Order: sequence, then C-alpha cells, then structure tokens
Amino acid sequence: MTRAIRNYLVFLRRCLGIAFVGDWRYYLWMGLLTVGCLLGLNAYAKQLAHGLIVTGMSDEVSWGVYIANFTFLVGVAAAAVMMVIPVYIYDNEELHDLVIFGELLAVAAILMCLAFVTVDLGRPDRFWHLIPGIGQLNFPASMLSWDVIVLNGYLLLNLHICGYLLYCRYQGRKPGRWFYIPFVFVAIVWAVSIHTVTAFLYVGLGGRPFWNSSIVGPRFLASAFTAGPAMIILALQIIRRITEYHITDKALLTLRSIVQVSMLINVFLLVNEVFKEFYSGNLHVASSRYLYLGLDGYHALVPWIWTAIVFNLVAMFLLVLPLSRSLRWLNLTCVLCIIGIWIEKGMGLVIPGFIPTPLGQVVEYRPSFNETLVCIGIWAFGLLSYTVFLRMSVPILQGRLARSNEGRGAEVASAAPASSPTRL
Amino acid sequence: MSFPDPQPHPAVPPAADVSRRSFLRTSAVLTAGLAALASSLRPLFEMDDFPSAERFMQKYYKELTPEEMAKVLRRIEGEVEKQYGIRPHVRDLRPMDGVEFVYALNLTRCIGCRKCVHACVQENNQSRDPEIQYIRVLRMPHGSLDIDKAEHNYAPESVPEKGYFYMPVQCQQCRNPPCVKVCPVHATWQETDGITVIDYDWCIGCRYCEAACPYWARHFNFAKPAIPKDRLNPEMAYLGNRPRLQGVMEKCHFCIQRTRAGRYPACLEVCPAGARKFGNILDPNSEVSYILRTKRVFIQLKEELGTSPRFFYYFDV
Repeated sequence: MTRAIRNYLVFLRRCLGIAFVGDWRYYLWMGLLTVGCLLGLNAYAKQLAHGLIVTGMSDEVSWGVYIANFTFLVGVAAAAVMMVIPVYIYDNEELHDLVIFGELLAVAAILMCLAFVTVDLGRPDRFWHLIPGIGQLNFPASMLSWDVIVLNGYLLLNLHICGYLLYCRYQGRKPGRWFYIPFVFVAIVWAVSIHTVTAFLYVGLGGRPFWNSSIVGPRFLASAFTAGPAMIILALQIIRRITEYHITDKALLTLRSIVQVSMLINVFLLVNEVFKEFYSGNLHVASSRYLYLGLDGYHALVPWIWTAIVFNLVAMFLLVLPLSRSLRWLNLTCVLCIIGIWIEKGMGLVIPGFIPTPLGQVVEYRPSFNETLVCIGIWAFGLLSYTVFLRMSVPILQGRLARSNEGRGAEVASAAPASSPTRL
Repeated sequence: MSFPDPQPHPAVPPAADVSRRSFLRTSAVLTAGLAALASSLRPLFEMDDFPSAERFMQKYYKELTPEEMAKVLRRIEGEVEKQYGIRPHVRDLRPMDGVEFVYALNLTRCIGCRKCVHACVQENNQSRDPEIQYIRVLRMPHGSLDIDKAEHNYAPESVPEKGYFYMPVQCQQCRNPPCVKVCPVHATWQETDGITVIDYDWCIGCRYCEAACPYWARHFNFAKPAIPKDRLNPEMAYLGNRPRLQGVMEKCHFCIQRTRAGRYPACLEVCPAGARKFGNILDPNSEVSYILRTKRVFIQLKEELGTSPRFFYYFDV
C-alpha cells in the first residue's frame, strides 16, 4: 500500500516537474498566460474590495459576460463526449487515444466554468452555504443546485477517467476495464446532463419569455456539439504540430462530420426559434426584437448577433461542401463556428433575457474594463491549465514519461551536460 | 513550444536539476512570481468590510437557537453602532398566528406622486448611493395594462397627468414565489404570514432570484450601501430593515419591523390619496377582506404566470 502511494507520488512529482520544462516558445506562451492570469486576479481583487459595481451589470441586467462565458464553456465541456461516443460505442480506433485530449479539454473548460460562476457571486466568502451537510443546498428545487452537482460530478468523472488511463499508461500496464469503462458510459450521459441542466437554468424562469422556451435546451446541445468538437479539431492540430504526437487526418475528418451534422441541426433550430418569435407577433417578442433588430433605439447586440448568424451560415455551407475536407478550410470553418457560437450562446442568449426588464424598461449592458480583465484572466487560466495537462499527458502517451525510465533521467542529464536541460 | 525528440525513447530529465545556475534561476523566477502575485492582490487592502470569523461562521437563520439569535442581534447592533454612531434596536420578529398579510392598491386613486417610494427608502434603510428602491411607480397610458408601454422616468410639473394612470409595483409576496424556488441555498423563503424574506447573512449573491422574479422586485447591493448617518432608522428587524451588506439581495418585506408589531407599512401611511390598503386576509372583518369580497374586478399582476400574488390592484367601479 505505502509502496503504491509512493509510486503514485513519484508519478505526480514527475508530471509536475515536466510542466516547468520546455523550450523558449513554451516559456513565452506560459509566461504570457501567467501575465493574463495575474491581470485577471488583480481585477478580481478590485471587484472583491469594491463590489460588483465595478462591472457593467445592474439591477436591470443582473447577469453579464461572466454568465455568458460560463454558458458557452459548459457547452465546450459537454462536447468532449462527442469524441467518446465514436470510440466506445462504435469502436472507432482512430480517435482512441485522442479521447484523453478531449476529456482534458473538458476538465479545463469545467475549471473555467467554476471560475466564472465564482467571480459572479456577490459573496464568494459564503460558498460553503452550497455544500450539503454544512450548508443548505436547495436540492432538488433550484436548478442552480443541480448545476453545482452536475458540474462538479463531471469534473470528478473526467479527472478519474483521464487520470486513471494516463497512470496506467505510465506504469506500462493495461487499464482494467471495470475501472474506467462504466465511468465512460456514465460520463456520456452526464455530459448531456450538464448542458441540459444549464439550459434548464434559463428555461425554468417563467417571467422571462425569451428563455422560457422548450427549444433552448435542444439548441444548447446542438451548438455545444458544434463548437466543442471544432475546438478539439484545432487543439489536435496544434498538438500534432508541436509535439510530433501522431494524429491522423482521418480522426480530424471524423470530428468534422460531427461538427457538420451539429451545425445543420443548430441552424435548423435557430430558424424554428426566429419563426415562432416573429411570425406570431405577440407581445413577448420584445427581447428577440432587441437582439435581432433593436428596441426603442437601443441595439447594442444587433451587430454581434448578425455577425454570429453570418459566421454560422458560412460555416454551415463550408461544412456541407467537400471543400472543408482540406484542413486549411476546415480550420477556417472551425474558427467561424467557435466565434459564432461564442456570441450566440454567450451574450446573445444571456443579455436579451433581461431586456426589456419585467417592468418593460430597456436598459442596456456593456461589460466594464475591469470585468473584461477578469474574463481574460479566466480564459488565460483555462488555457494555462490545458497546456499543462497536455504537457504532462503527451509524453506519457508517447511512452517517454514512464515508470520504466524513473530515475534514469538524472543519469542521462549528467552524462550529457551540454544538452539543454529545458529540452525533452 | 516544440519538444523534438532526437532518440526514440529517451528518459525525461527530472525537473530538480540541482546545478547552482538552475537553482539561482528557479529562485529568481519564484521570487518574481510571488512578488507579482502579491502586487496583483493589493486591491484587497482597500476592503473595509472584511468578514469577521463570527460573521463568516454564522449559522442559517432557521438553525439559530434563541440564545445564538440573541448573540447575533447584539453583534449586529454593535456593527451598526460602530458604523453609524447610533445604537439601533434590532429585533427578530416572528410571524403571528392566524395572520396572512395582503396588500390592495386602488389604481383609481393613485396619483403617481412617488411619496411611497421615498417613505420606503427612509423606513427600510435603503442605500442612497447606489440608489435602491423597492417600489417602482409606472405611468401607464389610459386603457392599457401592457407593462411594455409603461414610463418609468416620468417627471412632470405636477401629478396626476391627463391621459395616464399610475401603477406602483413592489414585491407581490407571491403564494408561489419563483424567487424562493430558484435560490440555491434557501436564503429566501416564505413565512407563515405570507411575507417572503431574505436572510442577508446567508445569501451568496448569485442573483438567480433577481432573474426569476417577474416583477423586478429584487435588488442587489452592487456596492456597500451608503446611508446618511442622520437618516438611519434605528428601529430594525433581522429579516427586515437592518442595514444590508455589499453583495447580497434585498426586497420589500411589507415593513416586517412595523407590520409584525401591529403597525401599517410606511408606504401606506404616507400615501396622500388613500390608495393603499393592507391587512390580514384571514380576518373577515379586515379592510382587505372587505375589498376583495366586494370589488367586482381586481388584478393580480401577470396572473398567467401562476405566481398568485398577495398584492391586488383594484378600481373604484
């Protein structure tokens, strides 16, 4: 037992150690992200001291860019499952090892989600009120309590699956099926649930007609399964380029077909929503009118949402055309998908729900500079986490960081002192 | 960020490469990093309201024993005195048996003077900067109850104006309150006398209730509330008008500190038109019982949402 713990600690220490080793580009990238994190931390410290008054939010628009980013990132996290399904249900071998990269992305996305929710709280010092047992979690009545449970559960599930598979690979032994396959299947259902629950967070509010619509849930899933795999396509190519980790084009094209189908469904659902809102012309259309056309001379979101729609439509056509089988076009398409959905599922979903207010007042929202810095900080933190995860997992998957070469590193280094210690 | 690999499977050198140069470099990087971290956290020193251990650990309202509650009330009195220089009288008033409060507002009589708004601010120790008000008076064009047509910022020479009627909106004290359902920590709940209250010492400030409320009745303390010392109302209740903290929600509570002690709400007392009626619906002889029994039409705002307000609008027909 103590031996097993010791081995595991050695594994963790070596993983941690390797995160601090790389060439100058690695240091530059990590340095930039660290600066981003610190800027965000500084802005958050200001917010803690002076209150949420330093944001652009108000009683009229009481959620802003924090919750918008949170909503988008829940989708990214949920989408990791779209790589798991082909592998474990359809035995797609091309994607097998890549699942870990997808799940690590999910872990990073969930960490960012938790950070975005935390910075949105007025009293983060009271977070313990949410912990069952010592706090008063309002489960099952409050959808927010469901969200707390499913997000943390999803984080643990993915940490377990990735951690277990990587540690087995490190030890050079075959993973025991019973230790991870059941968790993989739970994670598949769980991934759908995190995004459904997040959609229900909005859908359940009867006083906000813009959100109180049954199509919000399906649209959440469709857009998540577009933007998430699109992000993974880009991430995999970056990994392939800088680590010499072998990733086939076929794997990327499998993901392309997922993005393709999801985007078609997403645009179809958008058409449904827009038709219902505008054709019937009832009084509840005010929020949609504000979003797409502007209301009473206020139209801050109009250019944004049309950018999103154009990006989504262009991406959809590119995805349908064989053109996007070439990686250059596929990458462009992915970027369009990600930006389009970030706008649509972020600000485009959250802000119009508050405009007009339940008493009919139109007050616009614009994120403040401090608020933007906090967001940049959290994104930098997420990218930093993902980079570290990859930095640890790629050498393990390649077999370069393994139990068999424990301790041998020192000999190699002392035998060849001329070689740069920052290199692998 | 590339890690080219000259040999097929070379071992990774361990991070703790104990040469003096790398040790010095590591220490330098570490020092610089810690210095950067410390300076990025500097704004925390501007925080003047750091939660004391006692406040941080305070239990949930419904779990406080009478002795603990007495201690909490004394603590609050001390905090208020320290900040405002006035020793307040803070009570934990509980609902009375056989009482369910109901509000009725006569739309024919309301003249839109907003005296209720300001009496409420004064009574309930609301923040003047940033400004928080529990009552919003809407100016509506004759003939329509469509809230999207409401004017919030009307400012004529004198009221009432021709062609308009006025509709004050505050917490509707719903029988089926969406705000209570969505709160993730039970920080807001409905009491037996029908008043939905907030434990300001338990709210985490997620503002989900603010998004859920169809009446825009809930308000958030985006900054530390500012109340002029000479305007502080020292007669306070724990679930009522004691000064709030930065980062928590607040709302109309039917002036709990008055109504649970047998008085009328401040907004009713100040109304020059007699448009506001308040009382116990369980008492058949109360004014509100009479109104709801005899008026041909009364309105519950946004009735279609199923919130079932305890706030009724009626007309002199």
